[in-house]
Amino acid sequence: MEYLIQQLINGLTLGSIYGLIAIGYTMVYGIIGMINFAHGDVFMVGSFIALAVFLILTSIFGFAFLPLVLLIVLIVSMLFTSAWGWTVERLAYRPLRGSFRLAPLITAIGMSIVLQNFVQVTQGARVKPLPPQISGGITLMEGSTEAGTIAVQLSYMQMIIIGVTFLLMVGFSLLIAKTPLGRAQRSCEQDQKMAALLGVNVDRTISLTFVMGAALAAVAGMMFLLLYGVVDFYIGFLAGVKAFTAAVLGGIGSLPGAMLGGLLIGLIETLWSGYFTVEYKDVAAFSILAIVLIFMPSGLLGKPEVEKV
Amino acid sequence: MSSNDTQPADVNHPEGAQIKREERLAAPNLPADDPANSYAAAIKDAAIAALLAGVLGFFFLAIRTDIAPGGLEVTTRWALWIISMIVVFGGRLAISLFFRGGKAKGAGNKVVSAVAVPGLGTWLGRILFAFAVILPFFFVYFFPGRDRQFIDLAILIMTYIMLGWGLNIVVGLAGLLDLGYVAFYAVGAYSFALLATHFDFIGFWIALPLAGILAAFWGMILGFPVLRLRGDYLAIVTLAFGEIIRVVLLNWYEFTGGPDGVSGIPKPTLFGLEFTRGEGGFADFFGLEYDSIQRFIFLYYIIFILAIATNLITMRLRKMPIGRAWEALREDEIACRSLGINTTNTKLTAFSTGAMFGGLAGSFFATRQGFISPESFTFLESAIILAIVVLGGLGSQIGVVIASIVMIGGIELLRNLDFLQAIFGSNFDPTQYRMLIFGLAMVLIMVWKPRGLISSRNPSAIYKEKKAIGADMVAQGEGH
Repeated sequence: MEYLIQQLINGLTLGSIYGLIAIGYTMVYGIIGMINFAHGDVFMVGSFIALAVFLILTSIFGFAFLPLVLLIVLIVSMLFTSAWGWTVERLAYRPLRGSFRLAPLITAIGMSIVLQNFVQVTQGARVKPLPPQISGGITLMEGSTEAGTIAVQLSYMQMIIIGVTFLLMVGFSLLIAKTPLGRAQRSCEQDQKMAALLGVNVDRTISLTFVMGAALAAVAGMMFLLLYGVVDFYIGFLAGVKAFTAAVLGGIGSLPGAMLGGLLIGLIETLWSGYFTVEYKDVAAFSILAIVLIFMPSGLLGKPEVEKV
Repeated sequence: MSSNDTQPADVNHPEGAQIKREERLAAPNLPADDPANSYAAAIKDAAIAALLAGVLGFFFLAIRTDIAPGGLEVTTRWALWIISMIVVFGGRLAISLFFRGGKAKGAGNKVVSAVAVPGLGTWLGRILFAFAVILPFFFVYFFPGRDRQFIDLAILIMTYIMLGWGLNIVVGLAGLLDLGYVAFYAVGAYSFALLATHFDFIGFWIALPLAGILAAFWGMILGFPVLRLRGDYLAIVTLAFGEIIRVVLLNWYEFTGGPDGVSGIPKPTLFGLEFTRGEGGFADFFGLEYDSIQRFIFLYYIIFILAIATNLITMRLRKMPIGRAWEALREDEIACRSLGINTTNTKLTAFSTGAMFGGLAGSFFATRQGFISPESFTFLESAIILAIVVLGGLGSQIGVVIASIVMIGGIELLRNLDFLQAIFGSNFDPTQYRMLIFGLAMVLIMVWKPRGLISSRNPSAIYKEKKAIGADMVAQGEGH
């Protein structure tokens, strides 16, 4: 029982990170109907920026007050990663707007290769370890088994991740639901041409969608860095595929769906590794995806696609 | 304005519109292509681009984190950062000054209609075919020192052409977006490798059809669950299947050898003649002098024949009811169903035919390498094959050939950029930049020609006379 709860907590933490990345996928998909394959790599870029800012602050300027450092890291990496997201959209996707569906998919894959190799060339291919910065936690409950006592630990890191994700989710839902920007996004999602006729700046709205997605990916990147303590240029691919899986699982285009999908994928992975084998956790996640889609072809919370004749 | 304050804002002209109108009237009537103005704009534009490059590059070019004793350390490279900004400034300025006119004209949704020189594709195809037939001898004769390298490259390109043609059936003809095509390539490679290493009597020629059948079977297994999915859902599930196959190959150690892969895969023989030195070998039998190049030439012709067979079968299938059904499915699934086409069977045959060719190419890959491991079957491989198909122009057979030559030949050329070391110093390793340039090329070609390099298609049904159709008239991989 304690083991299960512990795994659930771990799964929620991982799922939060996937969920944050998945929101980027789902927003972009909702608004322009394309898979932004480079999004996973934007996440990777975000985590590299977070690493660099963290090192500059701690080792060059000698900041010691951790919460302030983390806050600055968060803000700076969000800003710089947003610039990356904006540039990717401007260079690779905007020229192809209105073109056929597969063209931006190919440029997205191309952009993903470019980002990975750019980071590899400029930062080196080796894994970069960062010692754990936030340690400690609270013990929720303790139980004893034949093998000894098992304590359910909720570390501060996990609390921060889940808390920040929750806050961002609430913030984003409000942003989409209440602000003029959110309204513009929803209108572009429904009908870009009509939105443009009614005075919505479609290009700007789409750019801002990419910027928002990249900012969330940067948060996820920083969390990933702090949680696992390692980054390399290749982390974006698997995280991206998982997050995209999460977005599809939840119903692509739906914001709560992305979060739900992320949490589910995180839970499936950790539970599978906890009870079965670590090696096949990806297989488990992908199989669940296939099974869900076979029975619910538009995901858990997605709107069923209307076939127009 | 003060006199208006007492009145309500004009009913017919809301205040904002009024101001805008006044501004418009007051604004100097600038001619659009005033050179001085456009230079100023270009410089401003380039400055913004350089600033952006500076922002983007700051944490990657200017700052580098390295593993040092006791943790990570930060090193700075300001010169590199500033040079990159200057390069971006210059590049952007050059683009806006020299390509400005062209860009302004080309902007907007230009509809590329059917302007294809009739017969050009056919002639190009014939010339390429003729060259491909004599290719090994051409290289042996004209490049005696480097023939092995060139023929090896030709084999690689030919493998990708075959894979591209195979995937073209699924994506280009049937319009099903498949991001996991490499799974079938892997199935083909592993079925041959495992059969050959476990059973002595199975050689390449027995295993080849078996690998094709197994891959087609897997195509059907994987195709079955995704029948109801459309578009991007289909894409992600096929991607997931590709990853599942790779993960299983990686972790099922007892069966596949895991990350160690399978080695000692037998080489193909010519009716039992092995390409070895000495008694009973190919050279000995025909009374030739032994040369290791003979085996490469033989391998080249195997993949050449396989690829040509793929092409011929595809072209033939296109004219048959099943091929017509694929293309009809791509254009409109609902119309297909209304006309009584069994969409389930149509999709499954497309999947399994494509998979079969992937499997055949896979077993060729295994025999060429003599060693396979899951490393060779990553998503990148699927992405490259899909990129070849899309860059060439979906549904265009000759386009696949051109895109393979450009992309795969290009990657390999980038391996040989040693002369750049003379410019950038001996620390400069050009091979590092290979994939970076590859990715950039993918983006640039696609932005330049979104419909692929070949922009006309052969009509599959002809009424009275044959007309070329523009690529934009064809639904392409929309994934119905």
